[in-house]
This record gives sequence, C-alpha cells and structure tokens, in this order.
Amino acid sequence: MLSKDQMAQTIARELRDGMYVNLGIGIPTLVANYIPGGMQVVLQSENGLLGMGPFPQPGHEDADLINAGKQTITTVAGSSFFDSATSFGMIRSGKVDLTVLGAMEVADNGDIANWKIPGKMVKGMGGAMDLVASAKNIIVVMQHVNKAGQSKLLPACTLPITGKACVKKVVTEFGVFSITAQGFLLEEIAPGVSVETVQNATLGRLSISPTLSQLHL
Amino acid sequence: MSKVYASAATALTDVPNGATLMLGGFGLCGIPENCIAALVQMGVSGLTCISNNAGVDDFGIGLLLRQRQVKKMISSYVGENAEFERQLLSGELDVELIPQGTLATRCMMAGYGIPAFFTPAGVGTEVAEGKETRNFVSNGVSKAYLMELAFEADFALVKAWKGDAAGNLVYRATARNFNPLMAMAGKITIAEVEELVPVGALDANEIHTPGIYVHRIFEGKAYEKRIEQRTTSKV
Repeated sequence: MLSKDQMAQTIARELRDGMYVNLGIGIPTLVANYIPGGMQVVLQSENGLLGMGPFPQPGHEDADLINAGKQTITTVAGSSFFDSATSFGMIRSGKVDLTVLGAMEVADNGDIANWKIPGKMVKGMGGAMDLVASAKNIIVVMQHVNKAGQSKLLPACTLPITGKACVKKVVTEFGVFSITAQGFLLEEIAPGVSVETVQNATLGRLSISPTLSQLHL
Repeated sequence: MSKVYASAATALTDVPNGATLMLGGFGLCGIPENCIAALVQMGVSGLTCISNNAGVDDFGIGLLLRQRQVKKMISSYVGENAEFERQLLSGELDVELIPQGTLATRCMMAGYGIPAFFTPAGVGTEVAEGKETRNFVSNGVSKAYLMELAFEADFALVKAWKGDAAGNLVYRATARNFNPLMAMAGKITIAEVEELVPVGALDANEIHTPGIYVHRIFEGKAYEKRIEQRTTSKV
C-alpha cells in the first residue's frame, strides 16, 4: 500500500520541465515536495498566483499571500499575481498542463464527484468545476475506499458530479489506474497489494493491464 | 465632487435592506473588513451577498450570517463556516453555489458591459440545470458550453492596498483575487484601502483598477487581516 506521500511521489513522475501545474487541496499539495531536482515546474494557485513557493519560515507569514487552500505560502523568483478571472482564463484556455485533485467518487467513464453530499455536506465546488472542464490532463489522487469501506471507483457516481468524462488517471493507495473505454485499467500495483484486493475494492469496470508492473518509487 | 469618505459608516449609509452586494476577497484574504463591520453596525438585513466564500464563524461574512442579515449567498466554496452550513441545511438561508471561474467572470463581464458569456464549467452537472447549453468548435473539437449571465449588484465592496482620491486602486499579492473584478461591477463601488494617498502619488503604470469604476473610497482602520490557515516551513 502507498502512503499519502508515496501517492504524491507517484504523481510527481508525470511532471515535465516547463509544465504549469495546478495542485488541489490535500494529498495533491504534497506533489510539490517531489518535483525532481533541476526541473522547472510552475505551480498555479487559482486565487491568483503563478510561481507558488513553499510555506514561509515561522514569523514570515503574510496574510495577503495565501494559496487556494487558504494556507500562508511564499512566492518563487519569476512569480506573478493576477485577479481570479485571469486565473481561470489561463485554466479554461488550456495553458495549465496538469491538474491534480482529490475526489469523493470517480466513475469508470471518467466522471468525478467532489463537491457535495446532498442533505449532509455542502462545501461547494470552488474552482474544481472550471478545472475539470478545461484542463488537458486531470489526475485524481484519493483513497480507494471511503471511511465506510465502500469503493470510490464506481460504475457511475452516486453523488452530484463535478465534471463529465474528464479524469484521465487515478492514483490510490493500491496503484495507478488509467481511464479507458473499458473502464479502469490497473497499470501499476503498489507493493504488498494483490490484484484480488484491488478487484474486491473496485465496483466500477476494472481490467488489468497485460503489462501490469509493480510500482517502483 | 469628492469620492473620499471619512469612514465605512458614512460611505455605506445608503445601503438599504434587501440590497445585492458584492464583497471582494478569497477566504479571509483581501476582504473589506471595515465595510463588513459597518454593515453589522447598521443592521441592514435581507442582503444578497455575492462573494467567493462566506467567511468563518466569527470573521468576515460570518459576522453578517451570525446576525441573520443575509438572505442569500452566491459563492463557490463555503466549507469553512459551520454556522453557514447550519443555516443552509435548515433552510434559513438561500444559497447558490457556482464555479469559481464562473463567479469571477460574471463579475468581470458586468464591468465589461457584456451581458452573457459561454463557459465549459459545470456542463452536465447541477449547475447546468435551466441554463442554455450551446456547442462551439474550439481547436477543431466541438464542445458544450453553458451560458452564464453577468451579475448585477447594487453595491460592490472591495478592499485594496493603496488608493487615491480619484479612486485608482492597487492591490497587494493574492489579496487582489476578486477585488478588481467586483470593483468594475458595482452600480456603486465602495473601496476601502489600507493607505489613501494623494492624487498623483500612484504610478499610473501600476494601477490595477482605474478610478472611473470607483464611486466612494475611504481609508480603513484597524485591519486585523486574520490568517485562516497559518502554515510554516520547518526551520
């Protein structure tokens, strides 16, 4: 099984030099810790920043400088600030190369749900609907099952969806799944996890890649 | 006619019950603290508030919610406010949740004089219900888009770093967020600034909001600038 950090590390392998990347709240944020040395990756924060840096040193927090998770951050050299319309302009027009976000449910056709549990939890979609409607490459990172032990990889989302047929890849503690016309395709499996475990925890259509490999980090 | 007001209380004096307000800020960053305090003091009610977030229980728009001054919120994310969630689930508060980019653009379009636009955000979701969907070809691919309308707001309440008596505004860091968009969009735009400087003191090259959009301006007092998530690196 992968730890949260290993899940983030797995996604970091998708990064390429020169990419503009938007990382969602939670595990996606950890991806920033695994940008390979020497590679230039610009992190976008949808409240209005390109070139997000690490958290500030204690005592250097700036209330005017936060990320989309409302956390105090810093900027890197070459960063820029802009208004929120410009921010989503660069998202909608396809300038952002990779979006990594969490989800409550993903369907085997790439639908994603992550903004609302009717009658129970209302948080809102924030920028997620804009991101999933426009990003070129969308990777979801999440736990494979919810707290009740139910699969989050489903034949169809049961919750109100955030976007249709938009997710390209899912990374869970069990491994890496591509979304194909045949549903979830298990391509890499985490150490210590059996194919049977994955099958039992997946309600959506699942196939196993003929070139299935064990995940090496 | 001077745009400069002495305080939030004097600048907001004609905000009536039932008004539609835009409030700038993202989370608690760049919110019009002095304007919100004045609204609480005035006790105006039945407000419709357009703002990306709803503050926290004891700060920002949360202060208006606590006094039951808000009839309806139009926001993209409201996850940090327990009182908000309680009022919403109990039906006391009307809420319209819309995608963040759509919210930003609906403000901007009001300031651009464009009544409607098409966006892909929300296609096929609850957000699309009752809205016109149209296909457009982009990069050779036909894709569905939703028609969204520019907002109309009686007052836009924004916060800037510096401003001058002509209404020109400069924002700081990510406290810019929705503020310049809403500043363009209010029938009456009221700007509170940390520092009110003489006309001519701001470099025209660096002004974010041209003064034509700003009807009233005042220097705010006693900014708390509360940090919602204080995160630091290990030393």
